[in-house]
Amino acid sequence: MAIRRGRGVAAINYPTGMNLGGDPTQALVHSTPTGNFMVTLSSVDLGQGMKQIMAQICAETIGVPTDRVVVDTADTDTGPHCMGTFASRGTHRAGNAVIQAAREARQVMLEVAAEELEVNASDLETDGQGNILVKGAPQKSISIFDVALSAHFKRGRSISGRGMFLIPRSYPEKETGAMKPSTCYAHACTVAEVEVDDETGEVTVLTVKNVFEIGRALNPKMVEQQLVGGSWMGISHALYETTEPYYPNRDHGGTDFNQYLMPGPGDLAETEIIVLERPSADGPYGAKGPGEMCANPQIPAVANAVFDAVGVRIDTLPITPERVLRALKAQAAN
Amino acid sequence: MAKIPVQFTLNGSEKAEFIDSGTTLLQALRDKIGDTSPKGGCHQGTCGACSVIIDGELRLSCLTLAETCNGATITTTSGLAEGGVLHPLQRAFLDTFATQCGFCTPGMIMAAKALLDHTPNPSRDEVVEALSGNICRCTGYEPIIQAVLTAARANSQNAA
Ligand code: FES
Ligand code: FES
Repeated sequence: MAIRRGRGVAAINYPTGMNLGGDPTQALVHSTPTGNFMVTLSSVDLGQGMKQIMAQICAETIGVPTDRVVVDTADTDTGPHCMGTFASRGTHRAGNAVIQAAREARQVMLEVAAEELEVNASDLETDGQGNILVKGAPQKSISIFDVALSAHFKRGRSISGRGMFLIPRSYPEKETGAMKPSTCYAHACTVAEVEVDDETGEVTVLTVKNVFEIGRALNPKMVEQQLVGGSWMGISHALYETTEPYYPNRDHGGTDFNQYLMPGPGDLAETEIIVLERPSADGPYGAKGPGEMCANPQIPAVANAVFDAVGVRIDTLPITPERVLRALKAQAAN
Repeated sequence: MAKIPVQFTLNGSEKAEFIDSGTTLLQALRDKIGDTSPKGGCHQGTCGACSVIIDGELRLSCLTLAETCNGATITTTSGLAEGGVLHPLQRAFLDTFATQCGFCTPGMIMAAKALLDHTPNPSRDEVVEALSGNICRCTGYEPIIQAVLTAARANSQNAA
């Protein structure tokens, strides 16, 4: 009887969004009279930071500081249509819709500025600080504040735009069954090191080293936050969490936090996160959807590490002490 | 049923309420007084989201009867900022990105405050121990541990 060490590796290919009856998200953008911009969405910020990301995307597209943008989300009675926040689709689908809406709003903004400055709209650019300048003659400029006032009170224009991003439904080809159920693949690889006590069946994850390829990290600190939390959750899925420990028998499921196990702050594995940025062609400013992927590769990596440590393949999650001991017993009997 | 009067100090101001016997402090704070910073995650003492400080000690407000708090001094997360300036713990939680959905955050901050009030320069193990009654679904805990250590460092620099 001994504590045995093992190391496992796993790599994954992760899709953004899914093939429903078409996968749409729409967005509206409009300016207030003082030149702030409002993004209206139905998509939901669950804490992953969607509001921040949509504000950044809108600000970048219109050419204003991020704090000039307000994002209103999550009311499906009043907001533009969104399929929802799932399948890691939020940043990708809503982000593309926001870019489209913001571009249209920017165009109106430049047209109004052009009338005020008596130049051609195509000769104008933004400085990212809230001003519109004539290209090559920056002394000729107008603030976005004044442009918005003019649009609202003088010229009767709405500085606004509509964004509609749709991935059409994909049907399988009759001959081959081939289809395109999702878009924009992210990737990840994890190496996990574990200790398995072959007397008690307990598995301890010592280290997880994760590499994530996520397109462009639109907000690097928030990406890191997602990945660190997700890596923890992956270990939790691998070793602890289940609502149905004896599935398909539904008895003995945890009903509350006393019984639904998760690793606490004392059970953390040493965690390393490396982010690779390969901007995606169809993503908003190159982003992909790393959301759920962050908790995926740890699971097979831990299962492989357990195999490496004690030579048993556990193919039912979570990898509980009971399952490890039963597998070791079966192995000894053979 | 006869109502029971309770009176206590919440974040420096006097509160007086008539409550039904058996009302938890969590219910009294959230539903009667309107301080929604303590969260109800489990209502049975297993998640820590409802943590508050009563007379200097960390308590679970879901397991504390409001009627036992007569004359007590209670601190919640909503009482930490002073004049719009965030408490060092709140600042550190922001700076280390230690909050995602935020549901666990007020409880975490209370548990951390109770620790730092008694142990201004805790070791990592002491921080882990102090947070071990609080569940977080989002962060993987490491950023929260870092936030508490960061706040402790900021405090000791200010004191020096
Ligand atoms: S609500 Fe009090 S411990 Fe969960
Ligand atoms: S931040 Fe979501 S539960 Fe902790």
